[in-house]
Amino acid sequence: MLKIRDLRVAVEDKEILKGINLEVNAGEVHAIMGPNGSGKSTLAQVLAGRETYQVTSGEVLYEGKDLLKMPPEERAREGIFLAFQYPIEIPGISNSYFLKAALNAIRKHKGLEELDAMEFLTLAKQKLKIVEMDPSFLNRPVNEGFSGGEKKRNEIFQMAILEPKLAILDETDSGLDIDALKIVANGINKLRSKDNAIILVTHYQRLLNYVIPDYVHVLFDGRIIKSGGKELALELEEKGYDWIKEEVETVRS
Amino acid sequence: MRVTKNQEWYLSNFQAFEKNLDGDQASPIHKIRKTAISRFVELGFPTIHDEEWKYTDVSPIVERTFKPTFAEAEAARWLLPLTIQAIRRFTLEETGYHRIVFVNGYYSRELSYPHPLAKDVQIGSLATVIEKDPTTLTRYLSVGVGFPSSYEDNGFTALNTAFIRDGAFVYIPDGVIVEVPIHLLFVGIGDSEAASVDKAPPLSQPRNLIITGKNSQVALIESYVSPTHSSYFTNTITEVVIGENSVVDYYKLQYESLEAFHIGTVQVRQGRSSNFSSHSLSFGGKLVRNNITVVFEAEGGECTLNGLYVVADRQHVDNHTMIDHAKPHCTSNELYKGILDGKSRGVFNGKILVRPNAQKTNAHQTNKNLLLSDEALIDTKPQLEIFANDVKCSHGATIGQLEEDPIFYLRSRGVDREMARTILTYAFASDIISRIKLEAVRTDIDRRLLSRFGK
Ligand SMILES: Nc1ncnc2c1ncn2[C@@H]1O[C@H](COP(=O)(O)OP(=O)(O)OP(=O)(O)O)[C@@H](O)[C@H]1O
Ligand SMILES: [Mg+2]
Repeated sequence: MLKIRDLRVAVEDKEILKGINLEVNAGEVHAIMGPNGSGKSTLAQVLAGRETYQVTSGEVLYEGKDLLKMPPEERAREGIFLAFQYPIEIPGISNSYFLKAALNAIRKHKGLEELDAMEFLTLAKQKLKIVEMDPSFLNRPVNEGFSGGEKKRNEIFQMAILEPKLAILDETDSGLDIDALKIVANGINKLRSKDNAIILVTHYQRLLNYVIPDYVHVLFDGRIIKSGGKELALELEEKGYDWIKEEVETVRS
Repeated sequence: MRVTKNQEWYLSNFQAFEKNLDGDQASPIHKIRKTAISRFVELGFPTIHDEEWKYTDVSPIVERTFKPTFAEAEAARWLLPLTIQAIRRFTLEETGYHRIVFVNGYYSRELSYPHPLAKDVQIGSLATVIEKDPTTLTRYLSVGVGFPSSYEDNGFTALNTAFIRDGAFVYIPDGVIVEVPIHLLFVGIGDSEAASVDKAPPLSQPRNLIITGKNSQVALIESYVSPTHSSYFTNTITEVVIGENSVVDYYKLQYESLEAFHIGTVQVRQGRSSNFSSHSLSFGGKLVRNNITVVFEAEGGECTLNGLYVVADRQHVDNHTMIDHAKPHCTSNELYKGILDGKSRGVFNGKILVRPNAQKTNAHQTNKNLLLSDEALIDTKPQLEIFANDVKCSHGATIGQLEEDPIFYLRSRGVDREMARTILTYAFASDIISRIKLEAVRTDIDRRLLSRFGK
């Protein structure tokens, strides 16, 4: 589904991603872990099409197509979803207006009928149950005045409505209490299927107790320096990142 | 004093107007008209050397020759091709609104749709009042010195006053709550391009007077519209005299053609403990100036001024607001927002005057602008003149552009760039829209905003 080859990305002449290689197939869940500032969000944002970052080399294929040539909206319409680490507030626009516009843009692209206000409301109410939120949530302005946990749940709610093929969740588990974490995990598991793929960016192995990954990767200083199974997350939780750093440095020298 | 060709033109038109008046020449209103035309000839139109007109150059109006419309018969000439269908898109639901229509400044019985009225309530044409009760009328018209709608120091006002003949007249007696909102629809229509080669486009000058008694309540909408894409000039004045403890919800919707010129003055006098809210929504016109002045003539008044101006291409829109806190214990809240695209230009000038004895005044003003293009321009100027010491006053102005983060957020959800900009532009205006109490007006603005920037 997704093939990243030697991806290098810079911001204002500073190189952040220094050659990423990653392959994600349908049905898989990949976790990406790594210390602060290692480039996890940069990778996630580049995959979603953020233009502030310059791709200096490498390629990304999504379902065989050149992803880097597609504008962000086209990526979304083709099934890519990014749950933002810091969801954006949009005062003055209700959650339902925002999501209806998004869903209909995607449906139109797929050649499906656009949903009218009533149809959308029915769908939204059903999906709200997944994130255990009240329907009044639909009338509130997008993320404005939301608590951290509400913002994260809103991202999962959006994902549930838009039903992407490839979901990239950037720290959607950070800062959540255990109840909210379970809700978020449940939302992610609902999307999981043999046709979809999920990339979880996280600092904590806690989420991975509820969403069991097939692969765990360690991103460090712009490179994936180690990959493994779900046990790797437990090891990282226990020992931190220093041992891998040392391991890598030993190998290099 | 040098009388320009332009002033001579309007003076000769005044003489023709006078001849047309017949018996009306003896009325006290006509004395006012005559003083006003002399004053106009002295003043002429303002120039950018006048402090109040520094950023709005009216020479496009001065350079053109507009023909003042001064009789129903003449207005009827424009009216002939005009059917209700032609103005349908500007009307509001008949069952829910009184509709009073004016074509080029003159009342049209055919196009109007008034509902039955409670006893002594009057909603209709000023011409009738001029005929029947000119003396009372002169009492209410604030043509005297000191009012911005006085002809003393403003050429446009003097010109309007000189040609007072028709407009809307609304009188709400004490204790009456008018349940059905009043829609005053001003239709402007000039000749089509081809026909206008040798003819001067029309100048309409409605003079509107709204008087509310004690403990009364009314909602009024004034809309200025063009059913065709024609050039003309509207020079309008509305005076609102609000009685003690009464509530007035006022809307001014400016939707004229991009070839139309519009100079509008709204002059409000608030009685004790009265409540006035105004929503000024300016979308159309080539060159537009909206003046609104509110004077607290007694204690305890409250006023809210909301404004939204949305312009593109080479449109010019100027909003001048002035709140005169002449008495203590009054509150004013003002929020004006501007959305400017293309090579358009906006001006906001918000004056708040707190006179020496106006203690316990609360006055807050905000002006926010969104520039959608690099070539759009806004001049914003708050002007606070505070002569009392026990007051709470604040003001603030901002000029900004759409931010990239929310645009990307929307795009990452599948919404294209243009639509994302439309949604965020709408979001910018949303607090003004949510303050609009009349649903029909709110829905109309929603549609305009979302279609204007859509596609
Ligand atoms: N827009 C930007 N402009 C300048 N520097 C940036 C920008 N975005 C990211 N960076 C820098 O790139 C590096 C990687 O940032 P990134 O946000 O991708 O890290 P991260 O792994 O997601 O960190 P965290 O775990 O704290 O979220 C950091 O040094 C950061 O300061
Ligand atoms: Mg991050």
